[in-house]
Amino acid sequence: MSASAIFILDLKGKVLISRNYMGNMDMNEVDHFMPIMMRMEEDADSSPLVTHGSAHFLWIKHRNLYLVAMTKKNANAALVYSFLYKMVEVFKEYFKELEEESIRDNFVTVYELMDEVMDFGFPQTTDSKILQEYITQQGHKLDVGAPRPPATVTNAVSWRSEGIKYRKNEVFMDVIESVNLLVSATGSVLRSEIVGSIKLKVVLSGMPELRLGLNDKVLFEITGREKCKTVELEDVKFHQCVRLSRFENDRTISFIPPDGESELMSYRLNTTVKPLIWIESVIEKFSHSRVEIKVKARSQFKSRSTANNVAIMVPVPSDADSPKFKTSTGSCKYLPEKSVVQWNIKSFPGGKEYMMRAHFGLPSVESTELEGRRPITVNFEIPYFTVSGIQVRYLKIIEKSGYEALPWVRYITQSGDYQLRTN
Amino acid sequence: MTDSKYFTTTKKGEIFELKAELNSDKKEKKKEAVKKVIASMTVGKDVSALFPDVVNCMQTDNLELKKLVYLYLMNYAKSQPDMAIMAVNTFVKDCEDANPLIRALAVRTMGCIRVDKITEYLCEPLRKCLKDEDPYVRKTAAVCVAKLHDINAQLVEDQGFLDTLKDLISDSNPMVVANAVAALSEIAESHPNSNLLDLNPQSINKLLTALNECTEWGQIFILDCLANYTPRDDRESQSICERVTPRLSHANSAVVLSAVKVLMKFMEMLPKDLDYYGTLLKKLAPPLVTLLSAEPELQYVALRNINLIVQKRPEILKHEMKVFFVKYNDPIYVKLEKLDIMIRLASQANIAQVLAELKEYATEVDVDFVRKAVRAIGRCAIKVEQSAERCVSTLLDLIQTKVNYVVQEAIVVIKDIFRKYPNKYESVIATLCENLDSLDEPEARAAMIWIVGEYAERIDNADELLESFLEGFHDESTQVQLQLLTAIVKLFLKKPTETQELVQQVLSLATQDSDNPDLRDRGYIYWRLLSTDPVAAKEVVLAEKPLISEETDLIEPTLLEELICHIGTLASVYHKPPSAFVEGSRGVMHKRLPARTGSGESTESPDVGTAAGGSAPEAAPSIIPSQGDLLGDLLNLDMAPPTTSGPPPPTTGMQMGGMDLLGGGLDSLLGGDLGGSPAMGAGFGAAPAVMPASLNAPVGGGLGDLFDLGGGVGMPMGAYIPPKIVWLPAMKAKGLEISGTFARRAGVIQMELILTNKAMSIMTDFAIQFNRNSFGLAPAGPLQVLTPLGPNQTIEVSLPLSTVGPVMKMDPLNNLQVAVKNNIDVFYFSCQYPISMLFVEDGKMERQVFLATWKDIPNDNESQFQIKDCHLNSDAASSKLQGSNIFTIAKRTVEGQDMLYMSIKLSNGIWVLAELRVQAGNPNYTMTTIRRSGS
Repeated sequence: MSASAIFILDLKGKVLISRNYMGNMDMNEVDHFMPIMMRMEEDADSSPLVTHGSAHFLWIKHRNLYLVAMTKKNANAALVYSFLYKMVEVFKEYFKELEEESIRDNFVTVYELMDEVMDFGFPQTTDSKILQEYITQQGHKLDVGAPRPPATVTNAVSWRSEGIKYRKNEVFMDVIESVNLLVSATGSVLRSEIVGSIKLKVVLSGMPELRLGLNDKVLFEITGREKCKTVELEDVKFHQCVRLSRFENDRTISFIPPDGESELMSYRLNTTVKPLIWIESVIEKFSHSRVEIKVKARSQFKSRSTANNVAIMVPVPSDADSPKFKTSTGSCKYLPEKSVVQWNIKSFPGGKEYMMRAHFGLPSVESTELEGRRPITVNFEIPYFTVSGIQVRYLKIIEKSGYEALPWVRYITQSGDYQLRTN
Repeated sequence: MTDSKYFTTTKKGEIFELKAELNSDKKEKKKEAVKKVIASMTVGKDVSALFPDVVNCMQTDNLELKKLVYLYLMNYAKSQPDMAIMAVNTFVKDCEDANPLIRALAVRTMGCIRVDKITEYLCEPLRKCLKDEDPYVRKTAAVCVAKLHDINAQLVEDQGFLDTLKDLISDSNPMVVANAVAALSEIAESHPNSNLLDLNPQSINKLLTALNECTEWGQIFILDCLANYTPRDDRESQSICERVTPRLSHANSAVVLSAVKVLMKFMEMLPKDLDYYGTLLKKLAPPLVTLLSAEPELQYVALRNINLIVQKRPEILKHEMKVFFVKYNDPIYVKLEKLDIMIRLASQANIAQVLAELKEYATEVDVDFVRKAVRAIGRCAIKVEQSAERCVSTLLDLIQTKVNYVVQEAIVVIKDIFRKYPNKYESVIATLCENLDSLDEPEARAAMIWIVGEYAERIDNADELLESFLEGFHDESTQVQLQLLTAIVKLFLKKPTETQELVQQVLSLATQDSDNPDLRDRGYIYWRLLSTDPVAAKEVVLAEKPLISEETDLIEPTLLEELICHIGTLASVYHKPPSAFVEGSRGVMHKRLPARTGSGESTESPDVGTAAGGSAPEAAPSIIPSQGDLLGDLLNLDMAPPTTSGPPPPTTGMQMGGMDLLGGGLDSLLGGDLGGSPAMGAGFGAAPAVMPASLNAPVGGGLGDLFDLGGGVGMPMGAYIPPKIVWLPAMKAKGLEISGTFARRAGVIQMELILTNKAMSIMTDFAIQFNRNSFGLAPAGPLQVLTPLGPNQTIEVSLPLSTVGPVMKMDPLNNLQVAVKNNIDVFYFSCQYPISMLFVEDGKMERQVFLATWKDIPNDNESQFQIKDCHLNSDAASSKLQGSNIFTIAKRTVEGQDMLYMSIKLSNGIWVLAELRVQAGNPNYTMTTIRRSGS
């Protein structure tokens, strides 16, 4: 169904650790993986799926590691990739960072985890909080205190254990919206998309039932309240804990939350909004002598909001030298390793416009390598503000012990994939 | 302190030292030693020599140590099968441990020890664990059954574990259900004939309930399993869809894709005019778009699948073009896939945007991507006629960039544009010719040569240009050589006076100096043509070429259907059926989309095939009850011939044997649209004997037809299809012979034609038209003969028919007058279609309605007749008739007589109700039919 075996390889293709789940394939097949990858790299080709004979390798890369799943059947590829990413997540929860060293330092735990998260190619429990309840890094005596599988593992509520206790019950919510923008070189907006996510930090005792109310347009239409400002969510994705059928029926978001931090939901909107930070640029390249760059940045949101940590990355030719800058605000830095000029503006209030000029020298002998026309990218974050206008109307918390709990909500908008093509 | 220290011992005599440590009395030392052994194993050292010593540590009270020893066992048991037996006792003991974690660990590890000798010792512990009180143990044991089955299938069957596994589908714990489903699916996949997953509405309901409660992975197992089910009718299909759609909101992309698979498959059964169908279409788009925000590898899988979905149901994403625009930092494999989908979605409405994007991409640096972008511009020109001009001018702009590979790619696509729009854009030829020298790729050179040859009369120096290629003739690739040969011959035919020498030269190069047989043969053919009959040569070489079709890279429909059933899997990523890349899957059933069958039985249901493949004795009734006055006419016509029933032809017996041998693998073949078993033919030997006196009485003729013809050919189970007969002999149609038949496939009436060209010249430009007829049959589309039909060539075409054409009563009633046109002339013929073709899939009447109607209809509309020599029992008869959309509504048994009540609906809305009386042991059936006019 999915993977016959899973390998963790270093950058040279050496197996650091592996687990043979089905025993139906030669484990040495993996030796063919790296040579194929090298050959593809030579051809400037790349694919997350490579084949050798009847063996198929599905791989992802994380830092200096390759995680490779091997199969010879018509495996569910989506499941395999999704599982590999989940493995990375679990290992990160256990070892802070997943890299060559952490695998080596914790190989016993890695083996234990690999044994628990997948059986015969079928992913099992992958919730790291629950795993941590019975796979720990200390040795155990069987007779005293050896862990038992928490009931949570097989429960319908497989993400939260019973008996959690806190003195003070609170929920912190972060509503984070990322703006993805693609603007053509002629200045027309090709794509503008908002990807939002609601993150939870749950500090609640027992098994609380939560209900989240948003100013969801569809919900308001059902209930007949149409006066308030609402948001039309194009697609919504929920954490395992949310009752999907209930949402499908009456748009109620009800759930028993996982303890600690988690992403409750994500959503997507295609409504075209005015680009929050608009960039106009002129990049003039005088072959063999110099490049002149003029960039104008304008903030197109209300003046009571402020964008923080704005960074505007403008591409320059890789053989440029002797940079000179002039800015009306903020500071500029040349990053030769990325071939960009980075213009930083600590605080950028709404309705303002700033300028930057840069000047680079070019060598008289031009490099033969053709350079792509890279886009200008922008990073920023605007606190206390959501572009979509989404609002948390309420978060009801009900637990049978009847405690009072406070929800805290924070809003932030940030740049996602924010690209403006250049000429 | 970290574990890395265990990797550091590398000195000689290490094994010996480890042996001593493993046998140490100190527990701590023992544990350290096992860790060192595992560390060595991890880095690939062979530590199998320590097997007995490590196994000795197995009986420990330290959980961590136990896990390590188990890990060691899994790795080395196979190389030390005799010693692996030593471990059995501990497994048996651990399976009874008080701690469920240990029990599960033991049963999990046990299954991974692939040593045949010890498997039988594991059966008892496994049996206990399958019934364990703790769900954690049960879910692990469920998977263990699949493991054991992989090692020794017979043992697992003998021990009855499969039944226990099936029982676990009803377990109270969702995780156990999910793992049982996964294990059963795995076993069923490797043993396609096992019929393990006999899904029925009850088990489906259980799965759908568990779907809401299990982990994300469990949801995928269940959804993938659901996708193998074929609902009985559109209502069941809809109710499953309704319960699956909430999964589209799951955060895990793999859950979403598996849900999409189920929906795409079951949607096939929903009538398109249903409101719910439209709702479902709308619900599918947003989650598909959101998949593009996932990690790149998942995006890639999603894009490959979207490519299939867009081909199957273009309406889902037709407004979402922009989301496929390429981002600068997309990995190249994502970029290329997005480009593919952009072309598929290109339409008149969005072409301007698409072109602007493609032009942008064509100036990037990534060579593969740029090439594909240029090619895409060409494909847009061919696909969207209104944009052709803009596309051509964009390509010209790109040629001006003089970037070598851009120019070459552009020339290749411009050739295709010329093929699609001849004599429209020749003005650009001059620009193309300027770039002749920079072409170094065979495909581009061949394309350029083709252009020069094709338009030789408009290029002043065509001879010079072609001559320049001739110099290095032998260094060219075959593709270029062939093209050059043809181009020069074309040139010669167009400008014979100046180019005689050139053509001589190329002919001798091709025939005398080449050892490539293709080239030589083509050279000789031209030579002979030119020397014997230049006029004929002109007709052949300069013949008008058929236009190229819009989309050349569409996946062939049956493959596409199969791939849709495999959404999310490797097959959908490779765009290849699993049988093409999975070893040992040759005999495995190809998955098919279900046919849309109203409330009727799905034609795919495998037991239809098997029931028919069984011992069908002599004859069964198949009934074409008919309707009213129209039918009276029909009766007249058809009832005359069939009175005898010969013995079944000998071939049927053999076909039957073949069926059994091939077993389930054939089911899909037979159970698909064609449906049913060839053996059935034998069963239909009987003919109706008693003819109702009244002309007005329905039933009979058509029925007899069904029986009679059925005896001759292997009558498919699904619906009756008469054998092909010659409708238009070649003599009467200047060499064109047409034979054909009618069939009802997946709810669509098809006219299936075989066109044979028995003349000497090429036939093109086929078209077909019908005269007005009794049931308003009309072609639902043009006759798909895309390539010209050469002499002695045959082509099979199937023409879908609609029943919304103009109506005129014909005599005989089922007569159809057809006109076929080709480049030579227009020909007329008439043919007769079997009335059963008009029986629609939703002809199953509600029981209550049936009862009321039966009572309501006056006796005048009733008629009775007998069917002789049918040896099928009533159930077999009923299932057989169902294949022809004659539905059994009820059955009762009175004094040893089975009474079947059936309904039929014709395409024009007329209902026919029938009662079939079958007496056990009496091969003669009595049939009573009544009719009711349409609603």
